[in-house]
Amino acid sequence: MPKRLLHFLLPAATGVIFILVWYAIRFSMNEEMQFLLPTPGEIIASFRDNGDSLARAALNTTEGALLGFAGAIVISAALALTLSLSSLIRISLYPYLMMLQMIPVIIFAPILILWVGPGLKSVVVITFLICFFPLVVNTTQGLISTDRNSVELFRMYRANRLQEILLLRVPAALPYFFTGLRIAAVLAPIGALVGDYTAGSSAGDGGGLGFQAIIYSSQAKYPALFATAAVTCVLGFVFVGVVVGLSWLALHHWHDSYERTDT
Amino acid sequence: MTPVVKITDVHKIYDSGEVKVHAVRGISLDLYKGEMMALMGASGSGKSTLMNTLGCLDRPTSGTYLLDNIDISTLDRNELADLRNEKLGFVFQGFNLLARTTALENVELPMLYGKRRVRSREMQERAMHCLSIVGLSDRADHFPSQLSGGQQQRVAIARALVNQPQVLLADEPTGNLDSKTSVEVMGVFQKLNDEGITIVMVTHELDIANYCKRNLVMRDGRVVSDTPVANRSIAEVEMKRLNAAEAAAKLIA
Repeated sequence: MPKRLLHFLLPAATGVIFILVWYAIRFSMNEEMQFLLPTPGEIIASFRDNGDSLARAALNTTEGALLGFAGAIVISAALALTLSLSSLIRISLYPYLMMLQMIPVIIFAPILILWVGPGLKSVVVITFLICFFPLVVNTTQGLISTDRNSVELFRMYRANRLQEILLLRVPAALPYFFTGLRIAAVLAPIGALVGDYTAGSSAGDGGGLGFQAIIYSSQAKYPALFATAAVTCVLGFVFVGVVVGLSWLALHHWHDSYERTDT
Repeated sequence: MTPVVKITDVHKIYDSGEVKVHAVRGISLDLYKGEMMALMGASGSGKSTLMNTLGCLDRPTSGTYLLDNIDISTLDRNELADLRNEKLGFVFQGFNLLARTTALENVELPMLYGKRRVRSREMQERAMHCLSIVGLSDRADHFPSQLSGGQQQRVAIARALVNQPQVLLADEPTGNLDSKTSVEVMGVFQKLNDEGITIVMVTHELDIANYCKRNLVMRDGRVVSDTPVANRSIAEVEMKRLNAAEAAAKLIA
């Protein structure tokens, strides 16, 4: 299929052009300024030189991102279920949920350091806070947006509240939940990185990518900083990729957002 | 023979504070086993209110309703819901199938609730049987999105049949379907009716009403005509005619 081929060729071509422009800019710079923009080759070389510290930092960040992300999923699901029960509960809690989302991480971080100390715990909490909001809002919206006809059908058959939630509302909320999950999956590695940057610690196994970024920049290891960015990108792609895969597994055979070939 | 449905001088007044709406003004109606009635009328004629009353979704303001000889005014909410699940089957204009569940699971749905507990084995057998009645046993594991509109409505009919109801109530069952699919669905209704199930359907379309045995027309909350259908359409015949016409059209093209 030519269209399928285009899907690979076009992004690849964009990448090649991007790298060419990159080299062009680099070699048009004054020699003494060239350290500002390392070449892709130099970045790859920096992976070799800093492989150990990068790998360790990436693992730590992944751990923080995963724990915060997982915590956000569990707690947001429980909270969304509670919120979906009544509009009174929603009215009572929404302003405070918004507040939680409004507090910037850079203000929250020093408070967290006071409370739980720097390191993994703070990183997990910050990741949790960043992922939590889109999940809770989307899932709640899904739970209360169930097709009215179906709700009436369930009430007519005299389904009890639990059956209504488990058999009707939860399945109908899945597409909304996965929308929230995709947003949260993008945010989780970023959240862990920012958390690490603001509340990370070298204690124990040496901190994550955010902490490593501070060290590289203080050592003027610019290629390593670019390498850190690349690792973060890969991490983000992995998170989103897994969520997209899960979403496909859960939805593809019944939801309209997926094209079906079989009839 | 006692009627399955016996409505005597039923009134329904909706009172929303300032305005009182007299939706149904004194309707009496007997329906016997094996009848197939179309309920017609413009919007606002009270046919939906009457349908809701027949479906035990709404109680009349005055008058009596005997469903299979049980006076529904003596029942509390839960008893009414149980009676509804036991005696009545519902088919809707928009099918109302759950998207995430297969045809078979959709048909099993009404058996999950209510006072009668059904074992999952028996549930599956009964659902399969109902799917075969509507001619869809080979589609049991399909999701609604993988079925055509007519097939979805047939699944909904199978779901309505699964508790072995005495009366099937259908609210514009062909309203979302094209004309050929409508004939297909009317064929299913006629087949069920031939097997003894009493059917009441709301419809706007005269040609659909013509597949029934009896037409009841309402206006302003009253029955204005109640006539047997003289020259009843038979879905099977109509289907053959449509297929022949289609084949002829293909030959010409």
